[in-house]
Amino acid sequence: MADAAQTPLLRMRGISKAFPGVQALSKVNLTLFAGEVLALLGENGAGKSTLIKILGGAHQQDEGSIEIDGNLVRLNNPLKAQSAGIGIIYQEFNLVPGLTARENIFLGQEPSRVCFIPRAQEEEKSRELFARIGVEINPNTLCRDLTVAQQQIVEIAKSLAQDARIIVMDEPTAALTPREVECLLTVVRELRSQGIGIIYISHRLDEIDAIADRVTVLRDGAHVTTRAKEDLERHEMIELMVGRSLDKEFPSHECQPGDVRLAVKNLSRGTKVRNVSFELRAGEIVGLTGLVGAGRTETARLIFGADKKDSGTVELDGKPIGATSPRDAIRCGICLLTEDRKSEGLVLGLAVQENFGLPSLHQFTHKGLINREQESDAFAKYVKQIKIKISNHEQSAATLSGGNQQKVVLAKWLQRNAEVIIFDEPTRGIDVGAKYEIYQLIHQLTDEGKAVLMISSELPEILGMSNRIIVMNEGRVTGEISDVTNATQADIMKLATLREEMAA
Amino acid sequence: MKNLDTGKLLSDYGNVLVLLLLCVVISVVTLEEQSPRSTAAAENLAARIVGDAGKNANILILVRGGEGQQKFANTLKNTLSKSGLNVTDTVVGTPADARAALEKQTEPLDVIATDEHMAAFCLEQLPNLAKKYPTLANTTAYQPKKHLWPNFLKKENLLNVLKQISVVAIIAIGMTMVIITAGIDLSVGSLIAFSGVVTALSIQQLSGGADPTTGHLLLGCAAGILVCALIGMGTGGLVTLFNIPAFIVTLGVMFITKGLAFIFSQSAPIPIANEGFAWLGRGSDLIGLPNSVVLMLLLYGIAHVIMTHTSIGRYIYAVGGNPEAARLSGVPVKWVLVFVYTLCGLLAGLGGVMEASLHITGDPKSGTLVELQVIAAVVVGGTSLAGGQGKIFGTLVGALIIGVIRNGMNLTGVEAHMQSVVYGVVILIAVMVDQLKNRARKTN
Repeated sequence: MADAAQTPLLRMRGISKAFPGVQALSKVNLTLFAGEVLALLGENGAGKSTLIKILGGAHQQDEGSIEIDGNLVRLNNPLKAQSAGIGIIYQEFNLVPGLTARENIFLGQEPSRVCFIPRAQEEEKSRELFARIGVEINPNTLCRDLTVAQQQIVEIAKSLAQDARIIVMDEPTAALTPREVECLLTVVRELRSQGIGIIYISHRLDEIDAIADRVTVLRDGAHVTTRAKEDLERHEMIELMVGRSLDKEFPSHECQPGDVRLAVKNLSRGTKVRNVSFELRAGEIVGLTGLVGAGRTETARLIFGADKKDSGTVELDGKPIGATSPRDAIRCGICLLTEDRKSEGLVLGLAVQENFGLPSLHQFTHKGLINREQESDAFAKYVKQIKIKISNHEQSAATLSGGNQQKVVLAKWLQRNAEVIIFDEPTRGIDVGAKYEIYQLIHQLTDEGKAVLMISSELPEILGMSNRIIVMNEGRVTGEISDVTNATQADIMKLATLREEMAA
Repeated sequence: MKNLDTGKLLSDYGNVLVLLLLCVVISVVTLEEQSPRSTAAAENLAARIVGDAGKNANILILVRGGEGQQKFANTLKNTLSKSGLNVTDTVVGTPADARAALEKQTEPLDVIATDEHMAAFCLEQLPNLAKKYPTLANTTAYQPKKHLWPNFLKKENLLNVLKQISVVAIIAIGMTMVIITAGIDLSVGSLIAFSGVVTALSIQQLSGGADPTTGHLLLGCAAGILVCALIGMGTGGLVTLFNIPAFIVTLGVMFITKGLAFIFSQSAPIPIANEGFAWLGRGSDLIGLPNSVVLMLLLYGIAHVIMTHTSIGRYIYAVGGNPEAARLSGVPVKWVLVFVYTLCGLLAGLGGVMEASLHITGDPKSGTLVELQVIAAVVVGGTSLAGGQGKIFGTLVGALIIGVIRNGMNLTGVEAHMQSVVYGVVILIAVMVDQLKNRARKTN
């Protein structure tokens, strides 16, 4: 265990970072000692990833300093971070699938001279590294033939080969089976005993319980607290992560649920979505939540026809719809506001107005020609109504801020006048003011008798907006909360962390 | 704000500027003394002679034979006669004819009205002849005033440039759409040959050896074009259904259709026994514009409307810019892709018919490497190979840039291999500019 008097291995002081439209981090402090596991906690969007990217040299902080062993360092590119002894294992691995484990471990570290790669030597070293971690992997296996857990080990070995003394793991267990998680935790303990400092990011609180020495909590880009794990109860962790006053954050609203509009029955796709069933009534907002990777987005994509389902049915107003493509689903009156606006919601190269009109072109087309004036008038209505800040309708969608991009996507679907609207993280990366406007808009939609499914990781949002809450974990619905007014975030978290074994 | 607009304007229409600049440079380089032979020039010359020689002068008109020369001579004669001058004879022919006419003169000759060729003859021969024949002692030769004018900017030359690019430019319409969807079509060159061969064979079959009627010709053309459209549809199908990269699919189609063109034609050009077939490739019916050029401009107009004012146009941009976002917005991505490849094949088929019409033959060797010229025109026209961006008229400008460079090099006698080097450099510059534009867009 770390001794408070010793010089910390890593000290990040007063780190601030702003992105256009968002203050991602403000004056965050983080201290890591050699031979400890520091859990970094926070909701999605709390700033964990940004902080890690700054440490990895992928982003530069606007303010603040980073010290390693008490020496000031400037990590202005990933190579500098690497040579400073920082190894980061991102959720998406940086491995070349067509190369062997050994080749991946030494990629970029080949002797600088033009010469043969000392293959035998590398192989020996790889085996040593794997032995040090306590896992047996054949260094000559192609990475694409390794399991996800093994690939993770290769990533760790790669960091160690580069003499990393600080290892950051970002959601390392998101894609692992319970057995593999156990193995990984053993590896982490082994690394800790060798004096390596580990920053461990996970949403799974039982893992944090099992492994962390200290816990640092971030919320909304700010440092909330850092405490020894012994001093923190589990419910406290959740409260610190999500806790904030809810007054005035959400518009008040009365809802009168009507008939069932959308009925999802036994929807399945691989291991991501397993036997999901629920109903959606006219005029109600159903919150769908769970941890990252719980299968929420995947469920929405199945309903929308964006992915092919293995089995199950989707019924709209009692009639099964066999939507095999988003085009079908849109025709039936279902629309999906995707989580990732840049890669799925908008065609960034097109003008905002053109993006707006994309699903509804037939409404503006007369005798085969698009009436741009009519399209422009329709768009102008929404620009005014939901206050989209643009300089002109021909502006390319790429130039807008996140909030405005989201509003353009919203306008696009409002014009389509869909009956069932699925929002996937509707307010991610959007400032509070704009959030409120979007909430009001969602209420307005339900007033018109539309059914809304709102996917969100932000528990206050789910609690503040939903009439009913469905919680998923590992592809299954693990619970439903009908009495939202008396529900707490802890209730949701309990359901969201309900593992398969326990659920069964 | 204003700066931003200038920047956008430059990036949107920068290649128009390049085209104009090229035209200016080539004009300067091909600047030459021109002797006009127009009606206006003849009238002008007559007026000068009337002014100088006064009425009642005896005049001989000497004009070198050739296209349009008779008209020049006649205008001269009529204008001079009307002014009361005495035109003793009008000769349109060779220098020998001119000498004979001079030797025949019985009355003292005051003036010889000539074009620039005969003026040179007179300058050389008149002093000698004057010694022999007293009638020529006081004779002065007049020719139209010369002026400087670039060979490049002559009407026939400009029309020629347009005519030469028409096939490439028409196919480039389809290629632009394909490239905007982030694809490519390498098969268009082979499709030109294939379409020509299919057209020629169909006409042969339909007419059964006799002289084909216009109906036969039209049916033959339809066959050539439709077959290529179907091949394009097949290409699109392979690209979308099996997710094979367009580069590979169209490479395969390129080899297949090239081979089939040679097999079907038994490796020999197939003549088309009706001169009427040349109407599209050689005729010029509308205000002196070649029919192929009229067709090209018409198709560009239509394509522009499709790309800017119809759903399919919007979909094409959307699919190229972000296929996933397009799909999730309800765009039928697969159909859009099949459409662009079909259209590209169809236009390549039309290009083949035009090429066959130009030579009144279906030639399996035609169209070789044309696919690269087409791609070059699209790229030089500012369409990004990464997809999502590009303008139809940009491609026309791109085709013009390449056509103008080729014409300029031909006029100044640049040798063929050097021309190839220059094309290469032009394409590389165009792609570099495209990259710089993208970089600028990203940093903004």
